[in-house]
Amino acid sequence: MISAVFVFNYKGEVLISRLFRPDVRRSVADLFRIHVITAPQIRSPVTVLGNIAFFHIKHENVYIVAVSTHSNTNVPLAFEFCTNLVKLGEKYFGKFDEDAIKNNFVLIYEILDEILDFGLPQVSDYESLKLYVTTESVRSENAAAPGDASKVTIQATGATSWRRPDIKYRKNEVFIDVIEDVNLLMSTKGTVLNADVTGTVKVKAYLSGVPECKFGLNERLGEGAGAGAGGAGAPQSQYGAKRLVDIDDFQFHQCVKLGRFDPDRTISFIPPDGEFDLMKYRTTEGLTMPFMVHPVVTSISPTRLEYKVTVKAQFPQKYTATGVVIKIPTPPNTVTVQGLGAFAQGHGKAKYVASENCIVWKVPRIMGGAEMDLNAEAELAPSIDSNKKPWSRPPISMAFTVAMFTTSGLQVRFLKVFEKSGYQTVKWVRYHARAGNYQFRF
Amino acid sequence: MTVGKDVSGLFADVLKCMQTDDLELKKLVYLYLMNYAKTQPELVILAVNSFVKDADDPNPLIRALAVRTMGCLRADRIVDYLMEPLRKTLKDTDPYVRKTAAICVAKMYDLKPQSTIDNGFVASLQDLLSDPNPMVVANAVAALREIQDNPRTKSPVLVVNTVVLHKLLAALNECTEWGQIFILESLADYAPNDVHEARNVIERVMPRLSHANGSVVLAAIRVLLTYLDYLGNAEGADQVAAMVVKKMSPPLVTLLASTPEMTYVALRNISIILQRRPDVLANEIRVFFCKYNDPPYVKLEKLDVMMRLTSERNVDAVLTELKEYANEVDVEFVRTAIRAMGTCAIKIEAAAERCVGALLDLIKTRVAHVVQESMVVLKDIFRRYPGRYEGIIPILCEHLDVLDEEEARAALLWIVGEHADRIANAGDLLQVFVDGFADEHVAVQLQLLTAAIKCFLRRPETQPLVQQVLQLATASDLPDLRDRAFVYWRLLSSGAAVRDVVAACPPIEYEPAHQLSPGLLSELVRHLGTLAAVKQQPVATVVPAKELIARGDDEDEDDEVQITPSASAASGPNGAASLPSPVPARANVGAPAPAAPASIPNLLDLDFDAPAPAPTSASAAAAPTSLLDLLGSSPPKSASVSAVPVNDDLMGVLGLGMPSSSSSATASSSAPRAIPTSTSSPLDALAGLGDLLGPSTSAPSPMSGAPGLATAVAAAAASGTPPSTKPVLLARDAGKGLEIRGLFTGPNPASGALELDFANHTSSPLSDFAIQFNKSTLGLNPAAALSSVMGTATVAPGATASARLPVVSGVAGMTQTTVPPEMVQVAVKTTAGIVYFVASVPAGWMAAIGGGAGSPTVGNAGPSVGGGLDGLLL
Repeated sequence: MISAVFVFNYKGEVLISRLFRPDVRRSVADLFRIHVITAPQIRSPVTVLGNIAFFHIKHENVYIVAVSTHSNTNVPLAFEFCTNLVKLGEKYFGKFDEDAIKNNFVLIYEILDEILDFGLPQVSDYESLKLYVTTESVRSENAAAPGDASKVTIQATGATSWRRPDIKYRKNEVFIDVIEDVNLLMSTKGTVLNADVTGTVKVKAYLSGVPECKFGLNERLGEGAGAGAGGAGAPQSQYGAKRLVDIDDFQFHQCVKLGRFDPDRTISFIPPDGEFDLMKYRTTEGLTMPFMVHPVVTSISPTRLEYKVTVKAQFPQKYTATGVVIKIPTPPNTVTVQGLGAFAQGHGKAKYVASENCIVWKVPRIMGGAEMDLNAEAELAPSIDSNKKPWSRPPISMAFTVAMFTTSGLQVRFLKVFEKSGYQTVKWVRYHARAGNYQFRF
Repeated sequence: MTVGKDVSGLFADVLKCMQTDDLELKKLVYLYLMNYAKTQPELVILAVNSFVKDADDPNPLIRALAVRTMGCLRADRIVDYLMEPLRKTLKDTDPYVRKTAAICVAKMYDLKPQSTIDNGFVASLQDLLSDPNPMVVANAVAALREIQDNPRTKSPVLVVNTVVLHKLLAALNECTEWGQIFILESLADYAPNDVHEARNVIERVMPRLSHANGSVVLAAIRVLLTYLDYLGNAEGADQVAAMVVKKMSPPLVTLLASTPEMTYVALRNISIILQRRPDVLANEIRVFFCKYNDPPYVKLEKLDVMMRLTSERNVDAVLTELKEYANEVDVEFVRTAIRAMGTCAIKIEAAAERCVGALLDLIKTRVAHVVQESMVVLKDIFRRYPGRYEGIIPILCEHLDVLDEEEARAALLWIVGEHADRIANAGDLLQVFVDGFADEHVAVQLQLLTAAIKCFLRRPETQPLVQQVLQLATASDLPDLRDRAFVYWRLLSSGAAVRDVVAACPPIEYEPAHQLSPGLLSELVRHLGTLAAVKQQPVATVVPAKELIARGDDEDEDDEVQITPSASAASGPNGAASLPSPVPARANVGAPAPAAPASIPNLLDLDFDAPAPAPTSASAAAAPTSLLDLLGSSPPKSASVSAVPVNDDLMGVLGLGMPSSSSSATASSSAPRAIPTSTSSPLDALAGLGDLLGPSTSAPSPMSGAPGLATAVAAAAASGTPPSTKPVLLARDAGKGLEIRGLFTGPNPASGALELDFANHTSSPLSDFAIQFNKSTLGLNPAAALSSVMGTATVAPGATASARLPVVSGVAGMTQTTVPPEMVQVAVKTTAGIVYFVASVPAGWMAAIGGGAGSPTVGNAGPSVGGGLDGLLL
């Protein structure tokens, strides 16, 4: 179990130190600083020194460290806890970095006390924590009367710890955002090495009372390809020509009744108030990659490198991609890159950024089906050491957002809201396809 | 305060603020108190009243806060005041307060175990398992597990039975993510009554695989894998297993997409899961391809998993990937990738051709570390497929100048020696090395020696070279080099069939690198997700027995906690007397201050709590905690157990295989260097030595492996020597007046015994003898209770008693690397406390076991040709 939690800045100064068990001393912070922060090469996020184990994650400019001693600690638990702490911090004060931590000492200690007792993680859900761990400004209205406080505690420990029963809205609304992060890794030869989509369904629920919701997607019944083969025929005809999507894996917010999903695959839940990630999914089947990049990089002479990069938008014409950024790496000994000036109308702008060792090509908008080229020539400084290791050619990476488009073809089929009072609900759905790890080797 | 400034001077002032109604301020005051309660115990008493009052507050948040803080104060005096509020809050109407109180019991237990039990708090915790609120149940489980893990707890406190199981499963659906982990962990430790129950649990746990929290997913997988084993051969078990395995793959893949730290943990665990269930993830190898921006630790683990998943079907894609990796910047990663190519070639014959091609391309880059690693890998490929790729040897020889690391140089030497008949200028190549002989690393020198001999056998015209090498080597200061040179010299001059011994190179088989032993593997599967699994080490090395933390002068501090008075020593058939009361804390009192280095407890894993095969464990289990320090203060008495002078040179070399104190001084001093790396290698080496000598080593006869040594030991044992001639295992001053002499006797472990003489030099009679062995290479354990084989139950002052304790050889345990494999750590308990000593096992026993286990292994990281023993092996 977790004996202590520390937060360090990059210099190794302790920002937060909270001991939860008597088996560690504050001085173990020095151990961590010496062996991890100042050590040049760290090969693992798990560091064991004697019988003290350190589990650290890096976030922004701080290290978050969980310490355990003498025990066969559950390691994923320690890391999930650290990540959770960061997430909570972000929800409370926006950003979890050195400045934010320094400004919110008291709050962080308060949160730590609530979410960890004697090294055992407790309630760590923001929705229930915010009821009794309140930031300075909100405190006065919430400094609750005894009756109120017991409501809080019942809720925090109850089966639906994430929702108060007495929420009222005049207009009942639900916003659903389906955000897909597209990961692609293409080999030099143009074959797909790895392609998958990790999607998140974000829900903003402004609903009165304790509604029970049911959520449906156009996914194929039966998880995974093997199960899909068995039941593929029947549902296809039922929904006509509409494509059904194979989902490899689901992860649900804790409000989803997992027990119900397993047998009959209905996603049913009582939503928390406000914004939350209802589910995450991952799929590898039947993906339409929004963009393809065909790079041709040839070495004309030892000091000249020619780039011909073609980008093709593969999504239908009715969609547009925004914020397209393509980063094309150049060798570290590049002096200048020529030929970036001449671009056709609407093909964006490109410039060479020496500090990142790459050509950054930005296109504000690309219509579906469009194709664009970049021709450039990099001039390299002649290298003195002829025996030097050749340039390792990092992959070309890409960033973009395509609105109302999903790479997997996933659609929300329905969202039904059942509540005792039977009110009408207004529902909104948006889709986004974003670039996750979108890389092309060349 | 939290940044290390001492503000304890303000204690009294802060205390005044405690009565505030402001919750924020109260929390801060409590935080202050927690930090300084230890340094100002007198003043904390002043705060007690407020705590007691707060524990009665109408606001449940304040009640919980008060209980939580009181538990953290850790001042002995306050504990008595805490009893009443804690009792009340455990029965509070508010679940939030109850769940906080449950944890508080665990805190209190850590401070004062006995009084926590006496006041019935542990029993209340057990009652809380039936609480209607899932979170209270989860916290009660967590607290009970905490108490269970406390080294001072002797009897089980968290007993999962059918009733509790149902409650846990019900709570599992509704509690928080962390609570689910606590419950899943306790489920993993439970052994179901029948197949039906196991299946039920599997069904109930399966939905957890879709949880967003990665640690819940891993904990669920741990339960599923454990319970699949309980299904055994029941009807339909295979289908269930297949279904579970299929459902397990997607969540594991999803874990790889989370934060790099979680990915790392997931990968380490996947590597274990794959060894148990190789069919998981069989089609998912692509997700393990490294991304350019993965942190190095993730990349290395991904490579490891990739190698486990490589098969004929996907080897093409894997090789293309590996070639990419070999161009990266990170040296260690590049090396691992090249080594992985070699693994592909050795594992999959069809891919060998392409691997060799890829490696040749890499060698042509002339980048130093790439060439060197490729050289080592190619050497293994040559061994796997003898005679197939000899055409590339000239290219390799061209790159001699690039090699500057000993492993690569040794690899090239091996290649040259092995193929001397195909290389026209082999003699010249070797001459280059011979000229710089003195500057070479010992591994290169050894390999050069062997290569020169091989070269000579195939090209007799190189005789001057061999002469020169032998002269250089026999003049060396390094014992193993010198001895090996002498062996060769004699072989050559005796005119024996040297060629058969030296030139026959058995081809190697594929053996996965980093393969865990079956015992360790099943242990780690049961502890999936824990630190032990991530480090892939036995649980015992991660959880050393706790030293007692120095605290105040509490009277029940040093006591062992006996919740139910357990039967102490099992009375043997002779009706050996055992004192009715368990051994009190005398052992602890007698223990010297814990001056031993912190690593000592790591060495001695006596595993007292486990149901040990020896019936004596119940009584020996009395005082394990602080005693481990004793080991540090009593130096191991093994050095002179049975020193047999060995004159023959050859025997000196043979001693290398047995790094025991029973061979000549030269041999044993050189042993550590001669043995490559892994703990199993001495056994392999022995087997190899046996081959060299001719007779089969697998016979259990002590004559086989090392005749001279074994007979000497056996003779000493068989001659019925009087007690006084037995070597002293424990000197009287180290054993607090108890002197123990003894040795292992018998031809092999199966019919062996440990003969012991106990001489009582104390002033009081000793009784209650019990014995336990630590895990050893041979897996030795006592076959009977010590008290049952002793002539007398009590040894009077000045008297001597002897015992012949039969031993059994069980499953070979993992020895700690610091303990020589032929040593057994033994603990003997008497009324005077527990004493520790080390006894050495006769060499004949080691040989009898080793003959069956030896097989030349080549893994990625395993001993390679460059290793010290290979020259003899070949």
